Amino acid sequence: MDGSLLLQLTLNGLIVGALYGVVAMSFVLIYKASQVVNFAQGEFLLVGAWVCWWLLTEWQLPFWAGFLVTLAFMTLFGVILQVVVLRPLIGEPVISVIMATIGLGIFFQALMKWIFGVFAKPFPPIFPVERVNLLGLEIQSVYLLSLGISVLIMLGFAWFFTASKHGLAMRATAFDQQVAQSLGVSVPKVFAMSWAISAVVSAVAGVVVGVVNGVSSSLSFYGIKVFPAVILGGLDSVVGAVLGGLIVGVLENWAQYLDANWLNWGNMVGVAPFYALILILLIKPYGLFGTKNIERV
Amino acid sequence: MADLAPAGDYRSSYREDMTIFPTRNSRIALWLGILLVACAPLALGRYELGLLINIGFMGIAALGLNILVGFTGQISIGHAAFFGFGAFTSAWLHESWHIPVVLCIPLAGVATALVGLLFGTPAARLKGLYLAIATLAAQFILEDFFARAQWFTGGVAGRITEPFELFGWRADREESYLYVVLVAVIVMYAGAANLMRTRDGRALVAVRDHYLSAEMMGINLAYYRTLSFGIASFYAGIGGALYAHYLLFVSVEAFTILFSIQFLGMVIIGGLGSIMGSLMGAAFMVLLPELVQAAGDALAGGAIDRALHLGNSVSFLREMAIGAAIILFLIFEPDGLAHRWKQVKAYWKLYPYSH
Repeated sequence: MDGSLLLQLTLNGLIVGALYGVVAMSFVLIYKASQVVNFAQGEFLLVGAWVCWWLLTEWQLPFWAGFLVTLAFMTLFGVILQVVVLRPLIGEPVISVIMATIGLGIFFQALMKWIFGVFAKPFPPIFPVERVNLLGLEIQSVYLLSLGISVLIMLGFAWFFTASKHGLAMRATAFDQQVAQSLGVSVPKVFAMSWAISAVVSAVAGVVVGVVNGVSSSLSFYGIKVFPAVILGGLDSVVGAVLGGLIVGVLENWAQYLDANWLNWGNMVGVAPFYALILILLIKPYGLFGTKNIERV
Repeated sequence: MADLAPAGDYRSSYREDMTIFPTRNSRIALWLGILLVACAPLALGRYELGLLINIGFMGIAALGLNILVGFTGQISIGHAAFFGFGAFTSAWLHESWHIPVVLCIPLAGVATALVGLLFGTPAARLKGLYLAIATLAAQFILEDFFARAQWFTGGVAGRITEPFELFGWRADREESYLYVVLVAVIVMYAGAANLMRTRDGRALVAVRDHYLSAEMMGINLAYYRTLSFGIASFYAGIGGALYAHYLLFVSVEAFTILFSIQFLGMVIIGGLGSIMGSLMGAAFMVLLPELVQAAGDALAGGAIDRALHLGNSVSFLREMAIGAAIILFLIFEPDGLAHRWKQVKAYWKLYPYSH
């Protein structure tokens, strides 16, 4: 058994997993605040990355300006989606809401393919690419950067929810909408804000992945990887989402290791998290850390 | 039996309440519709007949999904994978075991139902979101299985299938295969309509409407949720098998998540919990890309075409149209085409005193 390879894979898993964690976090944010399961989370990454790419290549903006414009655009994008599509569906059965977000997902995926084509396009070089030696392991600097940004976003979330006024209003809404409303929290505003923040954070993740791997429609697969992560971590726990993302990232890489050395099945990277997901749901239908819904008639 | 339904509910027995055809006219209309489709080869070209066949097997699979989503209140984002499993099973049974195609199709349905029950076991305890995620996992696991199981699917090369044959009558052209699909549609739709009149069918509806009350009335939730999954997979398997013997080739790449979403779209657009709605939804979903294509052709060469590059991106426009159709129906017509059709009928029946 090759110890250093395993260690390297674990590290890769943690780096990718941190990104999964960020996306899962923004998924949980929407779910907690507005009880909407967003199947279009991956398309947020996609739209954000493409918009940023477009600003940098077609308009030749410097990276910081393009990045800021992208964030502003995604704020607007999230709010508009919530107001136009999701608000009319408040009170509809959960299946309808799921279907609406699925519809949004395929709509935007096809739109992006139409506008930008189906081939992966690289970002203009923004950061120097060099190899860093960390504890005897070779890592590209962009990966370290992506890990750093993920951690930064997570810390930002922690601050937002524990210290800021809007974050507290959001938690209050998640806890009990009516009580929050009677205390002066504007629930529609909180809904719109949660979608805006989620879109922005996902777009940051999308840009990071785009800078590392180039932009293509495969970005939206991050939105699907979110599901194993949130099932592992519990749908209503932000910390759990991060943990779940890390576990999924590591699990993928270990599955690949196992596959390459012994099983030779191929493609375990993509499918292993879903086997884990089915197993977990068989044993614990509400996920590993999820709270059990107690229903009263 | 009266020719026209009275304005108001005058039913006084359970038998009247459970009847499939409330009036003689509705029965006649159905037979006329079937006759019309049966005569279609006289008037339509091969392409249009192909569309009809598509509507047929898609409609069967959509009906299965409607039993799951519309009647039982469960959800599945992996329907296309089961559809694909039916297609491969039928092809494999015929080639490896030399079972005649006419038997392969129902056997494929049964095999798919068994696979559905396997994935439905977690479904017995799940609902809503968790079930959606579990079936999403089923979609990816089955897709991965298709790509890997060379003995079963032919791997990347795909699998070639034989046309339908019964007592020397080969249905290898649209004109003849239409009748195979027509018979299958009639059998499967009649089966579903009658299923909903039985104790089991009513139990499924009770699970959808209020599962706690249903459980208190002695309905075994786990049993009926799993059963509904099995039935849905059975229908998907039959639809898939019909697809396989129509195209005569099954590719491992055909059964993507987008296809699954299309099935969900059919159910939503046709109307949740409506049997004929499933067929309407399937027709809508099959004809929508044609419409987009026609619109693209009509604009070809014009200024809009040049500005938007319509010519080489019609496939993306189709996907966008599917997504947009789902969202628009959910917002503006959540009860689907079946409901709209009822309103149109009511309008003409009550005209001019519709208020």
